[in-house]
Amino acid sequence: MSVVGHQPPPFFKRGPAPVARLAFFVVFSLALLVLDMRFRYLETLRAVVAAALYPAQRAAYTPVELLTAAAGYFTSMAKLREENARLRRREVQLAGALLRQEQLDLENQRLRALLEMKSRSAGNGVVAEILYAARDPFAKRVVIDKGWQDQVAAGQAVVDETGLVGQVTRVYPFMSEVTLISDKNQAVPVQIVRNGLRAVLFGVGDGQLELRFLAANADVKSGDVVVTSGLDGVYLPGLPVAKVARVDRDASFAFARILCVPLGGVEKHNQVLVLGSRPPVAELPVEQRPEEKPAKGRKAPRKE
Amino acid sequence: MSVQPTYSSRRILLPVKPWFIALTLGAALFLNLVPYGQLPGVPDWVALVLAFWCVREPLRVGMGTAFVLGLVLDVAYASAMGQHALAYVLLAFTAASLSRRVLWFPLMQQALHILPLLLATQAVMVGARLLGGADFPGWSYFLGSLSATLLWYPLNFLLLLPQYQPVEKDENRPI
Repeated sequence: MSVVGHQPPPFFKRGPAPVARLAFFVVFSLALLVLDMRFRYLETLRAVVAAALYPAQRAAYTPVELLTAAAGYFTSMAKLREENARLRRREVQLAGALLRQEQLDLENQRLRALLEMKSRSAGNGVVAEILYAARDPFAKRVVIDKGWQDQVAAGQAVVDETGLVGQVTRVYPFMSEVTLISDKNQAVPVQIVRNGLRAVLFGVGDGQLELRFLAANADVKSGDVVVTSGLDGVYLPGLPVAKVARVDRDASFAFARILCVPLGGVEKHNQVLVLGSRPPVAELPVEQRPEEKPAKGRKAPRKE
Repeated sequence: MSVQPTYSSRRILLPVKPWFIALTLGAALFLNLVPYGQLPGVPDWVALVLAFWCVREPLRVGMGTAFVLGLVLDVAYASAMGQHALAYVLLAFTAASLSRRVLWFPLMQQALHILPLLLATQAVMVGARLLGGADFPGWSYFLGSLSATLLWYPLNFLLLLPQYQPVEKDENRPI
């Protein structure tokens, strides 16, 4: 066997140079970043890894759970009694409204039938518990303990007993992520109860919200209650969202600066209700149907 | 067997066991998954342990491990995919290339080398997210690196403990 052209034994086998490997991994991570942040292509990969990670995540949550349970065990009797009394009082207060609600619902249905309007969808949903705030410090998100398995879907609204909390933005098999309304990139279409003025509500950080793009002379007063308008087809209309806290009207700006505080227990940890998805927005009103008929007639032959 | 190359100690260490590296990285990952809530200054355990092994054993733990761990944390934290991966890969590369230099110093000065590494790791993540349109999370975000630096000394003791064991069991040997 000739020695010429024979490879020396791989004493110093080292693979690609570190800088080459660094370049490869950096380019790969940057590609992932762009694919995720700009195009959101990686949701399936995320769901797979999250499902694999779920047992570890639950296990890591156990010490926190134990500590909370221990803290709860030592809650004084007086505190519990006081809370019990408060809840009882609240129940009686709400009873009046609740007892009449059934009758009002029926009446509403009848009137809507008379007017041939589409009946409002009743809110149904899944009760979930907020497990913890997601550890990403750049966004306001929480993780709840219900996922695909409980028919939670992305886009559903999340409320607690006092108002809107956020929206489900990502669903895993056993958990979901809820983006709180106080997140910077979360917008909620709302209207003001007093005069029906429509606006869009954004989070501004530090737990506050801002009504943007309202003219400097808009009829908004501090103390106004803001509810969802339902124009987006995502939130049910009429969910309480926030209360106007401060209105700054500066003549040098076109828009008023309106700060609100959320009504729901945003950024508090408790039970929440994930509302069922809203049925798709209704098609064209009935009055326009006759005009459309010829158009449909024309379309029909094209289909064949 | 590897000589611990510091000026103060010529103690001969046992070779590290690969399963022990995997175990410590797994434990760090687990500690990172614990929801600490709004507690400020919680160290990034994975970054710290990763930096340790990249300094100690640059041939065993490198950018591949860092990348995988980063992706797992991206999913667990619900942050942008690739954010931790990018930061950890850069951390692994820098730690490995500084390895020969860092190990020459006593532990306290090693910690001073590690601090800028960890801060840079966090800065990379902040940069990636700010470019993506997120808010600056506040300077308290960087407290985690400071507390991690303080943990360098106990971490060294803890993670090198298995390598301090004698090769042969000898009942009459004091240590």
